[in-house]
Amino acid sequence: MRIVIGQGSCGIAAGAEKVRKALLNVDVRCDISITGCIGMCYLEPIVDIYDDNNTLTRLVKVSETDAQAIADYVNNGDKSAVEKLIVTEEDSQFLTKQTRIALRNCGIINPEEITAYTATGGYDALKKALGMTPEEVIDIIKVSGLAGRGGAGFPTWFKWNAARQSAGEEKYLICNADEGDPGAFMDRAVIESDPHNLIEGMLIGAYAIGAKHAVVYVRAEYPLAIKRLKNAILQATEAGIIGENIFGSNFSCDFMIKAGAGAFVCGEETALIESLEGHRGMPRLKPPFPAQSGFWRKPSNINNVETFANVAWIINNGGEAFAAMGTEGSKGTKVFAVTGKVKRSGLVEIPMGKTLRDVIFDIGGGMKTDKPFKAVQMGGPSGGCIPADLIDTVIDYKALGATGAIMGSGGMVVMDESTCMVGMAKFFLDFTAKESCGKCIHCRIGTKRMLEMLERITNGDGKEGDIELLEELCYSEYEAHIHDKKCPAGECSALIEYTINADKCRGCTLCARNCPVGAITGTVKNPHVIDTDKCIKCGKCYSVCRFDAVVKA
Amino acid sequence: MENTINLSLLDGVLSEYAEVKGSLITILQHTQEIYGYLPKEAIELISEKTGIATSDIMGVGTFYTQFRFEPVGKYLIMLCQGTACHVNSSELILQTIQDELGIDDGQTTEDGLFSLKCVACLGCCSLSPVMMINEDTYGSLTPDKTKKILKELREAAL
Ligand SMILES: Cc1cc2nc3c(=O)[nH]c(=O)nc-3n(C[C@H](O)[C@H](O)[C@H](O)COP(=O)(O)O)c2cc1C
Ligand code: FES
Repeated sequence: MRIVIGQGSCGIAAGAEKVRKALLNVDVRCDISITGCIGMCYLEPIVDIYDDNNTLTRLVKVSETDAQAIADYVNNGDKSAVEKLIVTEEDSQFLTKQTRIALRNCGIINPEEITAYTATGGYDALKKALGMTPEEVIDIIKVSGLAGRGGAGFPTWFKWNAARQSAGEEKYLICNADEGDPGAFMDRAVIESDPHNLIEGMLIGAYAIGAKHAVVYVRAEYPLAIKRLKNAILQATEAGIIGENIFGSNFSCDFMIKAGAGAFVCGEETALIESLEGHRGMPRLKPPFPAQSGFWRKPSNINNVETFANVAWIINNGGEAFAAMGTEGSKGTKVFAVTGKVKRSGLVEIPMGKTLRDVIFDIGGGMKTDKPFKAVQMGGPSGGCIPADLIDTVIDYKALGATGAIMGSGGMVVMDESTCMVGMAKFFLDFTAKESCGKCIHCRIGTKRMLEMLERITNGDGKEGDIELLEELCYSEYEAHIHDKKCPAGECSALIEYTINADKCRGCTLCARNCPVGAITGTVKNPHVIDTDKCIKCGKCYSVCRFDAVVKA
Repeated sequence: MENTINLSLLDGVLSEYAEVKGSLITILQHTQEIYGYLPKEAIELISEKTGIATSDIMGVGTFYTQFRFEPVGKYLIMLCQGTACHVNSSELILQTIQDELGIDDGQTTEDGLFSLKCVACLGCCSLSPVMMINEDTYGSLTPDKTKKILKELREAAL
């Protein structure tokens, strides 16, 4: 028999460490170890007991006073005293209804031992990738359809390829572990529970783009994640998996952790790079994209933690296996941090194509209060609230985007009728006003003025005309978005259109050769044309054109 | 609580990082770990050793919410005001702390025991509302539970 205690941050906060200490103080005749976040956060502290056939008995909401009862069960097989702690069938379904790829080891293996990871086949994918050419690796990622899990959902292979193609010897691979959206904790869970999976995904990415340096930028509020990742990097270095000539190949890569210092905007990739360089985290203008000029102005590629957490699985199982899950436009699985008024709050990983109802009601168990479901907030400050009548929306980048919210990084804050939506708007304005980096006037001043107004309204001092004024402050921009389908700031990629000015185009074919989706046609020395239906608005043509002929509007 | 700043405590950090480009934030983090905040004398020394102007150091220091320029109390309360905590009534917990300790966000009690800082998410959203006091996280807070925690800490400090 062996005992495994869930010790992610939330488990520890719920008292898991006290339980572990209590167990060490009674006479328990078996091995006691730890694991990361099981994902059933609403049942913490959780104690798993595996018998010699590896059959699991899961005890939930355990407290230190249960230690003796657990000892009696382990030592004498006396189940009576622990019976009341055993997880119910209904609660077990919280996990059995999930499909876990990024979280496959979370809550199962010991995150502080590299041998626990290698025993599951860990680092085999890296070995396999090193036997291929970088182009072959990128191709597998392309077939998988993996898209960035940090929010925007940009095809991962495309970014890798751009960084690979970018000229220069010195390149950087960066992991965005800033996890700035309040209500999101998927990335924390991955790092705390399976840090080697992140390292392996990053090393494969570094090999693919030709980077010799890997950097992880972790949010300062995650001390345990930083500690476990540091430990994992040390172990991997000792095992020859990080450093020179990895697994005897020509590939060498070092690793560095940088802790953030508490600024939401640093989750944006160019602001993150500024912060890595030791500056104020103010975003840079794009283009140039990081693939051309990133960390220390060298070609760099930035991906989110969850994006990397899928990579080793994809290399091991093939791109097709990943692409077999999901919808036409969104492949594989997605991890959500489900919180708020939901009954079963925790981590849910499901294939794309499921609905919000599946997550919130079928897996999440609906509301924990007796009030009806009102809305779910997705995508953090950059996202929106999806109301109850859209609960059957499919989890897919496009379908969620059409509701006005976004897929986002995976935070799902569930609200019942007791949450005020004006209060929610005020909450986010307060957040954005505080977190504005101050570079652009709309954000710096606009959020403040709107916040003042909402404060008045929520204080009962709302005046006739406030709605109109609120509208006016952002109206023209909203109007442009809605009526003209244009984003005046050129930010909302869904509303940008790239076209070619035939007078300026010399027919050099550079744009057509660089287009990742073959949306540009034309013959040499004749003006080219962009097929706007095919165009994915990556901006590549815009940045490569030497004659200013590509128009972004 | 007036004490002079022992700048030699910075020797290790500065010899490791002063010459490494891009390390300013890391240096400031270590400095804050040592003193609990960023003392003026330390900033001047960092400027001297790294060649970064004090105005630039202040620019970076004030940009990030992690950095403080005043000493904090023995117990630093980081109260989460993130979305999940907001939905689960973290406002009530803020109210309780304000009533119990008589301090607002960013302030320290007169006895130097408690400082309060509101933060945006501690990543323990499933236990919301949540606060962290020094290294320990407390979840599923209610006004009563909060009062009890504060009381216990105050007694422990006596
Ligand atoms: C204001 C802002 C905040 C962001 N915060 C995060 C974040 O906390 N974590 C993250 O992975 N991506 C964040 N992003 C997205 C990143 O800029 C970037 O697109 C992402 O890290 C790329 O990785 P991916 O392709 O794997 O998603 C943010 C973007 C913006 C505009
Ligand atoms: S919102 Fe409070 S811990 Fe995440």
